[in-house]
Amino acid sequence: MAAVETNDGAIHAVEEGGVRRRDFINIAAVSVAGVGAVTLLYPLVNQMNPSADVLALAQIDVDISAIQPGQAIKTIWRKQPIFIRNLTPAEQAAANAVDVSTLRDPQTLAERTKDGHRNWLITLGVCTHLGCVPLGAAEGETRGEYGGYFCPCHGSVYDTAARIRKGPAPRNLEVPDYEFTSATQVRIG
Amino acid sequence: MSFPWAEEYRPKHPLMRWLDDRLPLPRLVYNSVGGGYPVPRNLNYMWNFGVLAGLALALQIVTGIVLAMHYNSNADTAFNSVEHIMRDVNQGWFLRYAHSNGASFFFIVTYLHIFRGLYYGSYKAPREMVWMLGLVIFLLMMATAFMGYVLPWGQMSFWAAKVITGLFGAIPLVGDPIQHWLLGGYAPDQPTLTRFFSLHYLLPFVIAGVIILHIWALHIPGSGNPTGVDVKTPQDTVPFHPYYTAKDGWFAGLGLILLSVLVFYLPNYLGHPVNYVPANPLSTPSHIVPEWYFWPFYAILRAFTSDFILPAKLWGVLAMFSSILLLFFLPWIDKSPVRSGSYRPMFRIFFLILIIDVAVLGFCGGRPAVEPYVMISQVATAYYFAHFLIILPILSMVERTKPLPHSISESVLHGEEAEAAPADLSGVAPAQA
Repeated sequence: MAAVETNDGAIHAVEEGGVRRRDFINIAAVSVAGVGAVTLLYPLVNQMNPSADVLALAQIDVDISAIQPGQAIKTIWRKQPIFIRNLTPAEQAAANAVDVSTLRDPQTLAERTKDGHRNWLITLGVCTHLGCVPLGAAEGETRGEYGGYFCPCHGSVYDTAARIRKGPAPRNLEVPDYEFTSATQVRIG
Repeated sequence: MSFPWAEEYRPKHPLMRWLDDRLPLPRLVYNSVGGGYPVPRNLNYMWNFGVLAGLALALQIVTGIVLAMHYNSNADTAFNSVEHIMRDVNQGWFLRYAHSNGASFFFIVTYLHIFRGLYYGSYKAPREMVWMLGLVIFLLMMATAFMGYVLPWGQMSFWAAKVITGLFGAIPLVGDPIQHWLLGGYAPDQPTLTRFFSLHYLLPFVIAGVIILHIWALHIPGSGNPTGVDVKTPQDTVPFHPYYTAKDGWFAGLGLILLSVLVFYLPNYLGHPVNYVPANPLSTPSHIVPEWYFWPFYAILRAFTSDFILPAKLWGVLAMFSSILLLFFLPWIDKSPVRSGSYRPMFRIFFLILIIDVAVLGFCGGRPAVEPYVMISQVATAYYFAHFLIILPILSMVERTKPLPHSISESVLHGEEAEAAPADLSGVAPAQA
């Protein structure tokens, strides 16, 4: 934004640094307007982030007393499926028998469950490949060749610790933050 | 268009030259609001409100699009979705207050813009189309503002929808079918809300389109000026950029400060508390009034209280619409060859009375429909029409106008050419930083 002087050039008051007063005013004014515009941009962008009522749904309590060993349930947390699975001793043993160093996303079953509740595998039911819901939590669904979960979209196979074993998914099924509030109550989020 | 001495767009960068040969969009901008549009050098601050109105429209569109992401045009959930915006959406309170007060801001600057035109004769030849397109924009604004006010589905929203569509019910024979067609039912309900939302989203873009025509038509003869004297020589003009971009820029800053005061300190000052009560088709609020920017027209509507050949209801509606439609004929009603009110001593007085008259109408429109306000509205309504239909035609015949300056330059320099001649540089102090 060049300043236009219609007067004779000789009138230009050039300061010692070679900066004219008008240049300074120009830059200062446009800068203030720019800062204002960027400030206005913040609410316009931020309004699309999750609103307070959505964030308020970010914690749920689940009663797990009715889930028998070998059974799993699906519930919803943040509008996403959660798998809560009561692992049988055989399934835990199968998960522990695997050499962790051979895994794509190395994690032990102990790292993916809570102390004292080793049989409770709680994960997001969202395939880490592109977000489909894997099969295996509901009665009669295939659990894939490793006995855990199987994603029908692109063929990712998870084991009994919901770790990725085969297929395109990069990571194990995500374990959300949760805590046992009692022996039969779990709070997710 | 414009003047032969307008600067031509000459891109320096090869890429800009390449673009100019294929899509001369930068040229269009340069010729419209850049260095290529010569503007009279003597514009006063009343000439800033057009740009400010454009800014207000831009703000309304931006905040409106964002609000539409959270608003729900369902009669059962619309009210709650507005409360959701206020309480849950990040900075939703700011966006909604900016939008609702932005509407008031838009009308404030537009009214000043219109009164500028009335005083300085901006509607006169060769700018009749500019004036009439401006009135079209004003009518579209009113429709948009009204439908927007219905969307929160509060008590005022509901009864505004009922009353304003009821205006069309006054039309003989086809009135009721038209009202039912507008509402999509016998009273405002889901169909009304959905179509109002659709049109409220559409019309601002129609307004933007008519604004382009408005500016196009303006740039054929070029901007008017406070003397009303035509531009004659290059000495009468300065390029739009940087002179008026800078002036409009600083004035826009001033306007935004005013808007910020409303949004942050008085967000509900111009609203009605009863609109925070959900719409109830079984109970009309005791005192229903439109938003302040409709008050003068509302007063005209209510000024007709007794049947005279036609029913009073129809008179009110006709008068209200006529009060604006009348302005379309203003270029031919006011035949005075002098444009600017500054050179029309009698017109100035009557113009001042008109402003007071409209202010009185506005005041009465915001009051309950009881005496003395009804009687005052009637007198003020009569004067409003008399101003345009009787006073202006007579004035243009009998008024003795003041001598006009020969040119804009002369009026700016007050005949002191000698002092304005190239200065003796020894006497000029350099600007102090």
